[in-house]
Amino acid sequence: MNIPDIFETMDYGPAPESNAEALEWIATHGGKFGHFIGGAFTKPAKGFETRNPATGAVLAQVSQADSKVVAEAVAAARKAQPKWAALPGHGRAKVLYALARLLQKHSRLFAVLESMDNGKPIREARDIDIPLATRHFYYHAGMAQLMEAELADRAALGVCGQIIPWNFPLLMLAWKIAPALAMGNTVVLKPAEYTPLTALLFAQICDEAGVPAGVVNIITGDGETGAALVEAEVDKVAFTGSTEVGRAIRRATAGTGKSLTLELGGKSPYIVFDDADLDSAVEGLVDAIWFNQGQVCCAGSRLLVHEAVAEDFYKRLKVRMDGLRIGDPLDKCIDVGAVVDPVQLAQITSMVDGCSEGEVYRADTPLPEGCFYPPTLITGLSAASPLMQEEIFGPVLVSTTFRTPVEAVELANNTRYGLAATLWTENVNLALDIAPKLAAGVVWVNATNLFDAAAGFGGVRESGFGREGGWEGLLAYTKPKVALKGAAVPVPFAAPEGGTRPDLDRTAKMYVGGKQARPDSGYSQAIWGPKGALLGHVGIGSRKDVRNAVEAAGKARGWGKTTGHLRAQILFYLAENLSARAEEFAGRISDLTGTSKAKASAEVEASIARLFTYGAWADKFDGAAKPVPMRGVALAMNEPVGIIGALCPGEAPLLGLVTAISPAMAMGAPVVAVASEAFPLAATDFYQLLDTSDVPAGAVNILTGPVADLGATLAAHLEVDTLWNFADPALDADLQSAAAGNVKRTWTQRMDWSAPQAEGRAFLQAASEVKTVWVPYGEG
Amino acid sequence: MTLKTDTSTQSATAGLPQVSLARNPGIELDLDWALGVQANTSAIERRAASLPGRRSVKKAFQAAWLCKAVSLIDLTTLSGDDTEGRVRRLCAKARQPVRPEILEAIGMQGLTTGAVCVYHDMIETAVRALEGTGIPVAAVSTGFPAGLSPLHLRILEIEESVKAGASEIDIVISRRHVLTQNWQALYDEMAAFRAACGPAHVKAILATGELGSLRNVARASLICMMAGADFIKTSTGKESVNATLPVSLVMMRAIRDYHARTGHMVGYKPAGGISKSKDAVTYLALLKDELGPRWVQPDLFRFGASSLLGDIERQLEHHVTGAYSAQYRHPMG
Repeated sequence: MNIPDIFETMDYGPAPESNAEALEWIATHGGKFGHFIGGAFTKPAKGFETRNPATGAVLAQVSQADSKVVAEAVAAARKAQPKWAALPGHGRAKVLYALARLLQKHSRLFAVLESMDNGKPIREARDIDIPLATRHFYYHAGMAQLMEAELADRAALGVCGQIIPWNFPLLMLAWKIAPALAMGNTVVLKPAEYTPLTALLFAQICDEAGVPAGVVNIITGDGETGAALVEAEVDKVAFTGSTEVGRAIRRATAGTGKSLTLELGGKSPYIVFDDADLDSAVEGLVDAIWFNQGQVCCAGSRLLVHEAVAEDFYKRLKVRMDGLRIGDPLDKCIDVGAVVDPVQLAQITSMVDGCSEGEVYRADTPLPEGCFYPPTLITGLSAASPLMQEEIFGPVLVSTTFRTPVEAVELANNTRYGLAATLWTENVNLALDIAPKLAAGVVWVNATNLFDAAAGFGGVRESGFGREGGWEGLLAYTKPKVALKGAAVPVPFAAPEGGTRPDLDRTAKMYVGGKQARPDSGYSQAIWGPKGALLGHVGIGSRKDVRNAVEAAGKARGWGKTTGHLRAQILFYLAENLSARAEEFAGRISDLTGTSKAKASAEVEASIARLFTYGAWADKFDGAAKPVPMRGVALAMNEPVGIIGALCPGEAPLLGLVTAISPAMAMGAPVVAVASEAFPLAATDFYQLLDTSDVPAGAVNILTGPVADLGATLAAHLEVDTLWNFADPALDADLQSAAAGNVKRTWTQRMDWSAPQAEGRAFLQAASEVKTVWVPYGEG
Repeated sequence: MTLKTDTSTQSATAGLPQVSLARNPGIELDLDWALGVQANTSAIERRAASLPGRRSVKKAFQAAWLCKAVSLIDLTTLSGDDTEGRVRRLCAKARQPVRPEILEAIGMQGLTTGAVCVYHDMIETAVRALEGTGIPVAAVSTGFPAGLSPLHLRILEIEESVKAGASEIDIVISRRHVLTQNWQALYDEMAAFRAACGPAHVKAILATGELGSLRNVARASLICMMAGADFIKTSTGKESVNATLPVSLVMMRAIRDYHARTGHMVGYKPAGGISKSKDAVTYLALLKDELGPRWVQPDLFRFGASSLLGDIERQLEHHVTGAYSAQYRHPMG
């Protein structure tokens, strides 16, 4: 085309980014890559090809790591870890800072390589992926610097096995490696099979940055390599990817004691209220669902529009869709690039083609041959439509309408997932009312897909657990410096020959929904004291009792919306009432366990103090306003984690119960506690205190019976969000495996329950989850 | 609500060679519509900030786009020390904005700017200097730049300028009507100005830097269009903040909204502060993406600029020679 012709058509024309340097870098490795282990590349071995999805061209051969290679990499990381962790924080900070600088210096090479390997537009790799990855290293260089001063009681976990997806290869690497290294861990990271190249380039710059050999190890391979890494001798597994694989990893690590974080799928709602800036909300969708071809775990893929503006909104949206430019990812003028692999393209195609409802609109814009899928909008769906529930992981937006804010929240939360949510309104009252009500780890107000190293990112429900970024993200890469040991799990006293009987029979039931309830099974068991006295009977709880208790807890979710002040009052009141009956409880503990009166009294006093501790905390577990690099705030709000299932320790029949329920109460998380199996009668006596201390019905539910069985039912229950096992680590394998069902959080603790570590922040953190609410602002 | 009285110019085209569309006749004031419009500043700024990274034109395409930008410039002099000699020199530049051998090398002979924009007293000089070129003369009017002279004088000024030969009139709105939310007064004033213009096209200068919020920009844009503006324009060039991408996005979206609802196409003119070739390309990309390619024509878009041309000339010479150019190699306007 000559200039006068273009003058008439005003076409954009090609604006190619050169791939010469990236190809040259691949060529310097002979087009073949080994693994990066112990500070050096291994010889390239049998493996697979990585291709450019936009052209189908083979970019390089990479090696497939088998379990032997995995073990070598883990061994290298293990060897390097003590020295790395022993380095002063400043030493690690310098290395992380060098990594950040080198990422910046080689930014275009990383961007081009990422675009070629993944198919994402160069604009996104250049302007979003690489700068965010760099920022993550800068931020965590600072965390390494501050660790000794600010996290004095935390220590590195050890060796971390990290498995990352193909949608943001370098960025996910940064999210995994930067905090791990900052806290003194060493890593073995496996990039996705489709997109290993930027991780291999990163391996190379680790050397330039002076990362000690073995601190960062990169191994390539497919799902089998990932599985081998999960099985390997690592202290932690961090995974970002599909919910299905996340579940498998949860099962594979169950009972191993490996620390685990999972960042999984999503079907994130994108809510447009009638008073929104509609054009900006339309533009936001471009960044929500057509960013990275919609292959984004937190993509705003479920559009919910107020009925009053829906028609207008869809009209504007379709016009905008038609303006999207799809094509060569290395063209600087392209909005939507290639889908990562033909397999993924086939998956998207079949999901959309299988949709028999609604109206499908495909962007009226030229679509190149090859691995490309057109931006697509499906309107007129209902919550029941499969595409409203299933993650498509492609440039496909599904939509329905709502009538009221309440209905918008109901629709938004009508999902198994809970990663992110977006809402558009010009009304600050509405925005700040809705944001806390959405089941999501991240909420964006009048914006979407904003990320920063200072702001925690991660999900609730089946979108996984753990946060990446911010102080909260460091919890996933550290453990308490001092490891505490618990007592042996006590066994109930056996029925004696003969024995004594109480003067008047007393019947302890379950405590469900603020009422005492007979066990559904109709069975009871006798509780004997150490000297052969029959102390009473407790119900043998069963599946049905768990069901009833969780249902009651579910009805008490509003407990979390009450004020911290109110919950503090109730906790103090509970302490007051316990204090009034201190002697009676001490007697009960002594009768149950055979401990001395003095020790029993000490347990009661410790319980009163613990209730006070959480009464104190209830209105003081502050969130944070994160200094993200934009005009606006990212609020980190500590929200109740949901329904907690708590298996109380067998020993410490009263203090153990109080240790479990009071942090939950402080956060407003409804709890279903399983009382000490050996000595349950202190817990059943506690019902009366709950009754007389203004504790709302359902906020605390207590079951008695076999901990293993009740725990298993709680672990498998899909409405329970967290399972605390304070009873017996031997149960972990089964409990954590069952917890995979809804990817629930699990937390196992054994310690001297009167130790200072048995209360405070760690428990509050376990009873809460950080929700990051992004609120850009500005006027003028 | 006041019905506009002037409908005589509905199909008139002012005889401008580049004008081919029916004029915007305006509609009744629709406050439900105008006041329902929202403009979220942060979101608009994000879109504006990411646009230059999303759109890029290279080589021949870049040269063609820059030539297009030249054809869209209202080459402007609005200074207290303007003289006939100064205006004649400007007009000569408008006729031959780029050195002939450069234009010849890229096949763009005959390229001129979109118009010349002057104060009232310079209209006749400009009209004479541009005779036979088809380049229209635009005059700023209505007590430019503040617009605070008596209304009847402002209307008279328009009539005098049209009589003097201006085929485009750049009026300034009364910012106080926006700031006090006296939308009816804004509508009535604009309608009166439009009526006074007769066959001349009217560009409504909103002075966006003085309107306080992007929401006000959006609302004032819609109301001026309802009252019959042919163009809406950002600024006089005399405010401390003139044309910006966020403001342009808001005004373009208002134009799109107006077109979608009424079918009338209204032009857009960012003015002040656009001085680099790269900026011009970014504005054109925003225009093309937000309003569509039809808007990238002189009857629907103008740059109000004085120094932009110089930068484009250097870029075009670079395109032809491959060597970076120098300012003094290009004739001044």
